[in-house]
Amino acid sequence: MNFLVGTWLGEWLTGLGRITLLARDAIASGLTFKFSRRDLLYQIYFIGIKSQSVVIVTGAFTGMVLAAQTYFQFHKVKMDTATLAVVSVSMCSELGPVLTALMVSGRVGAAIAAEIGTMRVTEQIDALRTLATHPVDYLVVPRLIASNIALPLLTVEAMAVGIAASYVVGVHLLGIDPTYAWYNMLKYSNDADVMIGLIKSVVFGGIIALVGCYKGMTCGLGADGVGRATTEAVVYASITVLISNFFLTMVLEHLCVLLGL
Amino acid sequence: MIEVRQLYKSFGGQPVLTDVNFRIENGESVVIMGRSGGGKSVLLKHIIGLLQPDRGEVLIEGENIVAMNERQLLRVRAKFGMVFQGAALFDSMTVAENVAFPLERKRQFTPGEIARRVAIALEMVDLPGTERKKPAELSGGMRKRVGLARAIIYEPQIVLYDEPTTGLDPIVSDSIDKLIMRVRDQLKVTCIVVTHDMRSARRVGNHVVMLHEKKVYANGTPEEIFTSTDAVIRQFVDGVADAKERPI
Repeated sequence: MNFLVGTWLGEWLTGLGRITLLARDAIASGLTFKFSRRDLLYQIYFIGIKSQSVVIVTGAFTGMVLAAQTYFQFHKVKMDTATLAVVSVSMCSELGPVLTALMVSGRVGAAIAAEIGTMRVTEQIDALRTLATHPVDYLVVPRLIASNIALPLLTVEAMAVGIAASYVVGVHLLGIDPTYAWYNMLKYSNDADVMIGLIKSVVFGGIIALVGCYKGMTCGLGADGVGRATTEAVVYASITVLISNFFLTMVLEHLCVLLGL
Repeated sequence: MIEVRQLYKSFGGQPVLTDVNFRIENGESVVIMGRSGGGKSVLLKHIIGLLQPDRGEVLIEGENIVAMNERQLLRVRAKFGMVFQGAALFDSMTVAENVAFPLERKRQFTPGEIARRVAIALEMVDLPGTERKKPAELSGGMRKRVGLARAIIYEPQIVLYDEPTTGLDPIVSDSIDKLIMRVRDQLKVTCIVVTHDMRSARRVGNHVVMLHEKKVYANGTPEEIFTSTDAVIRQFVDGVADAKERPI
């Protein structure tokens, strides 16, 4: 494998290996409850509560535009009342978790990488280690757990707001019959769609926290290094979310069929 | 006891330390001196396991820490306190939270006991009443004192100082030197001070290790080093750019 040393592929594989080891270490540490409960609560507040405005606006306008576009196409074939069903299924299984993850990765992933990166260049991470504190226990685990808790809650919020906004646009602005729209939405949406969305959001939460922490902990020295780590955290987390979303959709949908859900 | 054996470290193929050997007995106050970029801080970070050597051994009380992983090192590091060149205070926390940090992590003390110990530690470094300040509100000398208070609050056996007086005016440097001596004498700890401040080295050390050309060039008592007639040592001690030049 020496031919890979120094190549783009070699560096990418090394990074993948390191982030996998970081994930293993963080999960093992999380299971032993070495993290501070206070830090966990603060991270839930920072990742969950402080991201709400972004997620609500994103969910609402995505639901609204999706309702409008679906209506414009369905109206041509006189399927107006199926509009909310399409919005509901899309918001629950795809757009809700993915858009929430992308917005949170922009806000939280960048903040995590910048904070940990600054700690690295100012020797604060070395100081943690000299104080007999493992950086993974103190920095990574609370962020990982908080992200895994906050993302599903934010996703549910985005789903609900998106569907509500699409109802307002569809029924009150575009004149869809509310009874049939509501009936079709309930008929074609099912629990499995919501479950798929929630499972995805837990995975995306892990990706955002781990990529942010990894980029921060391995950032180059100086302001340039922190800036680059911050940008890379957002870009890599977003791309990973989009790529993993495809595979999660394929696996989870097949699983639902197998389980008869 | 701390022992460094045949330590070799390079960065990007560029050797920084080659075949470094020395030994520090318990209770000693050791000054590691040498030119800027000579590997002093790198050596200090090897002693506490923040860096791993390419070759060689670092023995702490007979245990080779080079072979340990990060989690095993936590147990060894509990014996150490370290004061960083830039203090490395946690800037999101107050002074009291910084100093209390090691005790909070141990989860063995009540909040009242922690507050009492923080007050004693800050008193010891002549910074009483600064508990609620943020690191950004402190001067360079005050930050180093808070760093020292954080390093000694859990009563370590060994305290490492990375250039404690660099960037400070002579009066503040003097107060830091006195603080290092006070900590050494009151807590009976082993001190390792990395410095190129000759005045500080004379005052705080009872054993001097001088690095030169990536190796230990001289190892002895302060008297032996500061009265040496060796050209390299004299040049460094007298602080002259040209070895043939005489100090003013």
